[in-house]
Amino acid sequence: MTTKKLPLRAKLATSATRGAAALSRATGRGDGSVIGGRIGLMIDPNLLTELAAGRRIVLISGTNGKTTTTRLTTAAVSVLGEVASNALGANMPTGHTSALAKAGPTPYAVLEVDEHYLPQVLDTTRPRVVALLNLSRDQLDRAKEVAMMAALWRETLVGRDVHVVANADDPMVTWAAQSAEHVTWVAAGQRWHDDSWVCPECGSAIERNGDAWWCNGCPLRRPVPEWTVQQDGVVDPTGTYHEVKLQLPGRVNRANAATALAVAAHFRVRVEDALPRLAEVKSVAGRYATVERDGRLIRLLLAKNPAGWLEAFDMAEQVPTLLSINARDPDGLDTSWLYDVDFSPLRGRRVLISGDRAMDLAVRLTVNAIPFEHIPSFSQALASVPPGRLEVIANYTAFQDIRAELDRVN
Amino acid sequence: MSTESRLRLVWVYPDLLSTYGDRGNLLILEHRAALRGLPVECIEVRSDQPMPADGDIYLLGGGEDGPQSLAAQRLAADGGLHRAVDRGAVVFAVCAGYQLLGHSFYAKGTQCRGLEMLDLHSDRGPTRAVGEIAGEIDPRLGLPPLTGFENHGGRTHLGPGAHPLARVTTGIGNDGQTEGAWNGRILGTYSHGPALARNPDLADLLLRWATGGDLAPIDDTWPDRLRRERLAAVAR
Ligand SMILES: [Zn+2]
Repeated sequence: MTTKKLPLRAKLATSATRGAAALSRATGRGDGSVIGGRIGLMIDPNLLTELAAGRRIVLISGTNGKTTTTRLTTAAVSVLGEVASNALGANMPTGHTSALAKAGPTPYAVLEVDEHYLPQVLDTTRPRVVALLNLSRDQLDRAKEVAMMAALWRETLVGRDVHVVANADDPMVTWAAQSAEHVTWVAAGQRWHDDSWVCPECGSAIERNGDAWWCNGCPLRRPVPEWTVQQDGVVDPTGTYHEVKLQLPGRVNRANAATALAVAAHFRVRVEDALPRLAEVKSVAGRYATVERDGRLIRLLLAKNPAGWLEAFDMAEQVPTLLSINARDPDGLDTSWLYDVDFSPLRGRRVLISGDRAMDLAVRLTVNAIPFEHIPSFSQALASVPPGRLEVIANYTAFQDIRAELDRVN
Repeated sequence: MSTESRLRLVWVYPDLLSTYGDRGNLLILEHRAALRGLPVECIEVRSDQPMPADGDIYLLGGGEDGPQSLAAQRLAADGGLHRAVDRGAVVFAVCAGYQLLGHSFYAKGTQCRGLEMLDLHSDRGPTRAVGEIAGEIDPRLGLPPLTGFENHGGRTHLGPGAHPLARVTTGIGNDGQTEGAWNGRILGTYSHGPALARNPDLADLLLRWATGGDLAPIDDTWPDRLRRERLAAVAR
C-alpha cells in the first residue's frame, strides 16, 4: 500500500488522525491513539478499511495475552518487512485506525482486537490471519458471558476467507474456531478451567484427562494440535523441537510465542528466523519490565482476571510479592472474582497488599490462610522490603498507578 | 448437625449455578467453622449427580437463564434438597439460586416453576441492578447492616410467608424497597458472589442454625475493616 492510492478524503482523515494524536501526546493527554482515530473516523467513516487495504493483516484476540501475543507476532512477522501495530493495546477500531495512520505504508499489520469488536474489525480490515487465544470470565458486571462471546466468534467466522490460528486447549475457543474453514491448532495451554466445564454446543459436561478434553454428549473434543509447547520450547508441525529463549517469563509466554510462530508460518516465516526476533522482546507496554529503584529490582505483572492471576503466580519468582487491587471502571466494579482465584501458590513468600480494594483482598487472603501485610502506598511497600527482588502483581488501574509512580513512560 | 458430627456443606450444582466468586460463600463457611474447631466436609454436587439429603447447609449460587431453569428442573425431579429442608437443613441462596427457591421465576422470556421453598415469585425489572447494595437487616435476625454487590435483572415479590431479609438503603434488591428473604432456616439474597465475605455475622447465623449451638468469637479485624469501608463508600 502507498499513501498515494488513498482517496482524498482518506488522506485528509489520515493526516488529521496523526495530527490529533501528536497534539494529544504533546499536551500530555496520553498516547493520543484513541482521540486521533476518533477524529479520523469522523472525517472518513471508511478510513480503517482504506488504511487496511493492500496490507496483509493479522488480528489477535482473546481474554488474556492479546497485547503480548501482538507484540511477539509483530516481532516474528518483521522478518519479512515493516509491520504496523497497535502496540500499546488501544484495541478498538479507533486505536486500529490511529496505528495504521501513524505507521504509514507497511506491507504487514498485526492488530490486537478487543473480543467484542472482532466481528466488526474482521469486516473492516479483511485480515489474512486471525489468532484466537482464550476465553474466560472478565468483568461480569459489564462483559458478555464467556459462552455468548464464543457464540459471537463462531457465528462471525462462518464462510469467511481468513485463516484461523486457535488454541486447541480451550474448549470455548475450539468450538468458536471450528466454524472456520482453515484452522491451525496450537496447544497453547489453559491453566484456568472454570469457564469450560459445560459444552457450548450441547450443554453436556466436558471431561478432562491430562491434555485431552472431550464432551460427553457430542463430538466436540480437543483437535490434534499442529504446534505444541514442550518444556522450554515449541514443536512445529513437522515435529521439530525449537528451544524458545524469551525475556518474557512463564509458560504462558512460551505459548504466546507458539501462536506468534504459527501466525508467522502462514506468511512462510521460518521458525529459525523468527526466534531471534522473539528473544529481543523485553517488555510489553510496561509489563514484565524490571525497574531498579533504591536497590529494589521491581518487576511488574499485570493480571486482569482470574485466569490472568493464575498465570501471574506461575511467572512470579519466590521473592517478596506486592498484590495491588483496584475496582475502578476499567477494572470492573465487582471484586467477587477474588474468590475464583486460589492464592495458595503465594504461601511461603512475603506478601504485601495495597490498592483501593486492599480490604477485599485482605479478607480473601485470610480465608485462604495466606499471611500478609497491608501497606497503604507503593512507596511505603518499597521501603518495607529489603534491597533485592520485588514482584508486583496488579490489576489494570492499580498497575497503571504503580507505573506512574515509577515514572515509566513506555 | 449430622450424626458423625461433621458439618456438611453442600454446594448445589456448581456446574450450573456458579458465577463470579460464588465459591466464596463455601470457603468462608468452611473457614469460620474450622476456626471454631468444627470438623467440616465440603461436598460439591454436580447436576448429573444425586443430591444428598443429609447435608447441613446447602449453598446455591448465581447463574444464567438457561442453567437456572435447568437447575430448578433437576432439583425438583431429584427431591434431595426438599428432603433436606424437611429435615431442617439450612439453605443459603444468592441471585439466580435465590429466585429459584420461590414459586416462579423468568428465564429466557418464559415463566419457570420454582422449588416453592420461599413464598415469593420473581420477574424481570425495567433495568439491570448493578452496584453496591446495603440495607438494615430484619431485627429478628439480630444482625448488623447488610453490605454487598448486586448484579441482576430480576425483581422479586414477597408473599406473606416470606420475611424481607433487609430494608434497602442503597441499591435495588427485590424491588428498591426490600432485599432478600428468609423463612425458618432458608435465606436468600441478591447480594451476589461471596456475600458472606462482607457479612461475617450472617455466615455465623447460618452456622448457628446448622449446629444449634453458640459459636466462640473469632478475630474479625479484616472483615470488619472491609465492612466499614464499603458501608462508608455508599453513605457518601
Ligand atoms: Zn457437547
